[in-house]
Amino acid sequence: MSSDATDSGETADAPPGDGTPDPVRVAELEARIETLETRLAEVEAEADGGDREMVIIATQGTLDMAYPPLILASTAAAFGWDVTVFHTFWGLDVLHEEASESLAVSSVGNPNLSVPNAVAALPGMDRVTTAMLERRIDDEDVATIEELRETCLEMGVELQACQMTMDLFEYDDEPFHDEVTTGVGAATALERMADADVQLLV
Amino acid sequence: MVTEREPTETLDVKGESCPMPVVRTKQAVDDLDGGSLLEVHATDEGSVSDIDGWASGTPGVALVGQDERTVDGETVYVHHVEVEE
Repeated sequence: MSSDATDSGETADAPPGDGTPDPVRVAELEARIETLETRLAEVEAEADGGDREMVIIATQGTLDMAYPPLILASTAAAFGWDVTVFHTFWGLDVLHEEASESLAVSSVGNPNLSVPNAVAALPGMDRVTTAMLERRIDDEDVATIEELRETCLEMGVELQACQMTMDLFEYDDEPFHDEVTTGVGAATALERMADADVQLLV
Repeated sequence: MVTEREPTETLDVKGESCPMPVVRTKQAVDDLDGGSLLEVHATDEGSVSDIDGWASGTPGVALVGQDERTVDGETVYVHHVEVEE
């Protein structure tokens, strides 16, 4: 703040001589103040968490990797955020009524399982490790994928199914829940992501 | 500590894990009028931090108290959530 701007209310570029402010300049400044006040109100509303948006791109269809997008989506919806989950490639199986009931974990090349690869590759091992994980989920009262998916829809999360992947896997609309959005592609996802506060690829 | 005030509604999410305590709390709050007090009973230890974080980041609700009780040998986390007018 300079001292000559505070003493008389005159600015340096006011017309010299008569001391009255230029009405055009005043109108310009008033318009500018109005714009800034509107923007400030928007920024304050965003800071309050009122209008937050999140987009998750869900690409994985294993039982373990199906969880994070749905957990984050339902929690964000609980915060009142506007949430979209775009399911592509194997992520599509999470929305598919039949496929989502048989999501599995892979034993081979999974360093989190204490099973040597030579054993993990034996026929039926994926079924064993999947059954183990399902039992843990049940014992610990963790919600099932189906429960989480239904909860997300109840809470207004938009679950989208990538049209290209649907064509690739030869899925039609039928096996998907009525509330799942079909007929969308990468451009739809990107447009939402550009406007979103949180964007995640899982 | 939880408030002495009588809750308007009690929500039982005992046995449910993340994210359900927060999700069910939000759903219950949506059905309540301004000024109501919701009491949530959870066994998920993470609900202490999660419901606090959720209430701080959600307009229109305030966490007014949290407590821990032992019921039949099990720890129950009690949360008091107020719906703002």
